[in-house]
Amino acid sequence: MSDHGHSRGHDVDRRRFLASGASLVALGATTLLLGNARADKIDQTADPMRVPGSSARPYGDRSPFETATRAAAENHSLTPLQNLHGIITPSSLHFERHHNGVPALDPSRHRLLIHGLVARPLIFTVEELQRFPAASRLAFIECAGNSRNGWQEAQDLTVQDLHGLTSTSEWTGVKLATLLDAVGVQPQATWMLAEGGDAAGMDRSVPLIDEVLNEAMICYGQNGEALRPEQGYPLRLLLPGFEGNINVKWLRRLKLGAAPFMTRWETAKYTDLMTDGKAYQFSLVMEAKSVITSPSGRQQIRPGFHDIQGLAWSGRGRITKVEVSVDGGRNWQLAELQDPVLPKCHTRFRFPWKWNGQGAILQSRCVDETGYRQPSRNALITVRGDNSSYHYNGIQNWKIERDGRVRNI
Amino acid sequence: MGGYGTSKRLLVAASLWTGLYSCVWSGWSADDNAGRYGLGRAPTNQEIRLWNIDVAPSGEGLPAGQGTVQQGARTYAAKCAKCHGPTATEGPADRLVGGHDTLQTSKPVKTVGSYWPYATTLYDYLNRAMPFDAPQSLTPDEIYSVIAWLLHQNGIVAEDAVIDASMLSSIQMPNRQGFIPDPRPDVPPP
Repeated sequence: MSDHGHSRGHDVDRRRFLASGASLVALGATTLLLGNARADKIDQTADPMRVPGSSARPYGDRSPFETATRAAAENHSLTPLQNLHGIITPSSLHFERHHNGVPALDPSRHRLLIHGLVARPLIFTVEELQRFPAASRLAFIECAGNSRNGWQEAQDLTVQDLHGLTSTSEWTGVKLATLLDAVGVQPQATWMLAEGGDAAGMDRSVPLIDEVLNEAMICYGQNGEALRPEQGYPLRLLLPGFEGNINVKWLRRLKLGAAPFMTRWETAKYTDLMTDGKAYQFSLVMEAKSVITSPSGRQQIRPGFHDIQGLAWSGRGRITKVEVSVDGGRNWQLAELQDPVLPKCHTRFRFPWKWNGQGAILQSRCVDETGYRQPSRNALITVRGDNSSYHYNGIQNWKIERDGRVRNI
Repeated sequence: MGGYGTSKRLLVAASLWTGLYSCVWSGWSADDNAGRYGLGRAPTNQEIRLWNIDVAPSGEGLPAGQGTVQQGARTYAAKCAKCHGPTATEGPADRLVGGHDTLQTSKPVKTVGSYWPYATTLYDYLNRAMPFDAPQSLTPDEIYSVIAWLLHQNGIVAEDAVIDASMLSSIQMPNRQGFIPDPRPDVPPP
């Protein structure tokens, strides 16, 4: 668009704004106050080509026009998946789950102890860990309890409420294998206790399988800066593809052992109770899941074109295929995967759709590089029953009502 | 001859470098505890003792001390009941007592008695994380006694039981055989 055209468009916007401001004057006092607050903000940028902008800032923040937030409760907060672009979750919007608050740890006093079945127990400062050869990768972290409403009756909730306990970041740190080489792991060591320095003293047993030895990291960086406190500042364990809880935050100790330590978190919690009374234990991998984020729960849409978008991810590797159905699963069509498509990362998919104003049911299903296919809710519950609280990855159904309202069914 | 001598000196030099590199990359001697890349230091035994708070099913990590059901009732009432309820069945925090024979029903009640596979886990968890508003404040005797009370309320130990390290690691919990290793992927493809 030419400068001239742009300028004219802006004038139109400005006139529209002034008109709406004038109509606000006619409204009640409360509304008027709110209207004025907004008008002040907008007025400042009414013609940004005619006034100097603000000066540089030492630490940036998003535009005041952007309002997406985590949905926060006392011990967790959920990522607004419906508001994200691409695959990275901004650190400020990364979901949280903690079991006795977020500790305020001073990195100059924090230490990591590695001991147990090792040749040479070692204790490291954070600064020393940052001097090891660094590694970096993108990975999603998903709470094992994400999407847990799927085990129960469907509630009229948003995609953030239902599936917002997953986020993708670039993580930077030192490979676990590097540190295990440094301490000299004894051959009989097959498990490792990871312990956090928070008020829960979170402790989990990690199997020292090849996948862990190849991919696990002790991280101090997230999206280019230090970890956020909610994500484990100053140190966390990263086990790409594994349930969130075992990616122990505020990491202070690793202890090598010959058997799992059977902590509360891997016995009483994070185990999946089947209908026969037996429970799956050490269900660590988060299996492939996809969900349409736009349109999604409690949104209102209009007839016409919609770029259906969503996210798919698998703890076993890359997403290779996503299919979308707009008729409740009778017909499926291939969605486009938006680059980049990375292993154990959120992958964005898109599907162009024209809504004709009739009732519709939107679904997505994905396949990962191992050939694993995301199951329907019925298929999942046929095998596991509905006594589980964790590891739900069934297909999400969004019903589009004739009035355009989107509802979880 | 001179050329040979030079080559020999180069070879010696090369092997010296090889030796140095092998020190950096893979060589460890018994007294080298400075860590690979020269990072980290050896912790003192005292440091390890202070940090090494976990308790394994074998009983490894359990400290000296003991507790009775009666002592446990008093400690529980003073420090636990406000969150878990007077008889550990009321909540609002996790229900700890009862739920036996419910795991196969449509309303399973997962408690210490009905679900937890190892009694030692109680020590590990209470010691590190309870009470919620004052973690790591209980003495070993208080922890053993609360465990004694909880196990007695669940019908696992007698009213006159005294719980200590060896007793705790020998207890067979009712749901000890209730867990199977992750069998996933478990849902057949459509």
